[in-house]
Amino acid sequence: MTNFDAGPVWLTLHLAAVTVSLLLLVGTPLAWWLAHTRTRLKPLIEAVTALPLVLPPTVIGFYLLVLFAPGAPLGAAWLGLTGHTLAFSFSGLVLASMLYSLPFVVQPLQGAFEAVGRGPLEAAAVLGARPLDAFFTVASPLALRGYVTAAVLGFAHTLGEFGVVLMVGGNIPGRTRVVSIAIYEHVETLNFAAAHVLAAGLLMFSFAVLVLVYALNRRYPVHAA
Amino acid sequence: MIRFVVKRPFVNRLVLAAALALALPAAQAVEVVAAVAANFAAAMTRLEPAFEQASGHQLTVVLGSSGKLAAQIQQGAPFDVLLSADQERPMALERAGVGVAASRFTYAVGRVTLWSPDPQAISDGPAYLRAAPFRHLAIANPVVAPYGAAAQQAMEKLGTWDGVQDRIVRGEDIGQVYAMVASRAADAGFVALSAVIAGPKPGSRWVVPADLHTPLRQDAILVTRARANPAAQAFLDFLKTPAAGEVIAALGYDLP
Repeated sequence: MTNFDAGPVWLTLHLAAVTVSLLLLVGTPLAWWLAHTRTRLKPLIEAVTALPLVLPPTVIGFYLLVLFAPGAPLGAAWLGLTGHTLAFSFSGLVLASMLYSLPFVVQPLQGAFEAVGRGPLEAAAVLGARPLDAFFTVASPLALRGYVTAAVLGFAHTLGEFGVVLMVGGNIPGRTRVVSIAIYEHVETLNFAAAHVLAAGLLMFSFAVLVLVYALNRRYPVHAA
Repeated sequence: MIRFVVKRPFVNRLVLAAALALALPAAQAVEVVAAVAANFAAAMTRLEPAFEQASGHQLTVVLGSSGKLAAQIQQGAPFDVLLSADQERPMALERAGVGVAASRFTYAVGRVTLWSPDPQAISDGPAYLRAAPFRHLAIANPVVAPYGAAAQQAMEKLGTWDGVQDRIVRGEDIGQVYAMVASRAADAGFVALSAVIAGPKPGSRWVVPADLHTPLRQDAILVTRARANPAAQAFLDFLKTPAAGEVIAALGYDLP
């Protein structure tokens, strides 16, 4: 364990934490809308939300690389706004991870909101609660299990990201060299000892996370209301 | 309950067909799987049909960084020959007994070039590196890719390495570096000269003088598992022919 580089570990945890926080913010209204909308477009939006589940990371990575370029509309807008490019930056990785982990956050939330149903909210409305009030005091506590599942899965899935980061990250120590990339490099340089340390760490962490999710699912059975 | 009634002759025929399908390629032993360093991709697209036509053998090319390919071969990957971007990795395979010692030879000497798709960007390479009018400069990861190591050495020799270090982005192999620059996600990068010569965008470039880095002597080696594969030996022999040399030189490589 001499000269073990903890940099990628902290960077990865940082990336996962930022990604999940933002995804919970963005995912809540989206999941809420999906749970309650009656529009015919719903299957379309649901399909778009689920796309990162089935697309190869190379497809996402390729499109992002092109979109992130300073000459492309998105890359140019970001550059104008922040003065930094999206490609090869931590912000770029956050955006990529948000896309990549979106279904892992939105789907549990949507399921939880659907399980809560309209009943408790209508009761709250009858008792005089305004919609936003009812959401924060009634619906979201009831959907707590969904939030835990969404946060844990989104976090774990971001830790495991590789292909997209490989394509848009640029392997910069402290900025874009995450654990999965560091493992890849250790394997390529035949530094199996270092690869083992990181790989085993990731394996144990991911396992622990999934045990946590399943244990929670058992303790708080499906319908929360 | 549904039962599948299968007639014996049908089964026999199926077994025969399967056996034939498996045995045919083995009997002729005409396939060679070549693990090829990414910088040599352009050369391989030209050499592959030439070799197949001349020899009647079938060549399958697997591209990647030399480091990855060598590591995979050490772990028993089904590759018959390795065309590395350096000498160290074939030598390491040799020491490990995974490569056939007598088979190792230099098939090309690589040239690295600073390149941007923008035709106006680079007129004087060292001046460009000193002025550093870029946000990101892409190189292959020096730890795994010899072309990346050469790029770093050249910049160190020019004294421009420290000034640009925080704007360096690393591709996994020289092919990815080319993609990073071609997509303009990075403004410029050190790529294989062959990729620019063969590529669709001439842009602007500065070929790094060979004396700025250790020569990129690229060695090929026969993998021990393929010692009895005539197609593998035939391919290595083909690389030494003047016809192959002509193709290699036309892509900017020096010949050994």
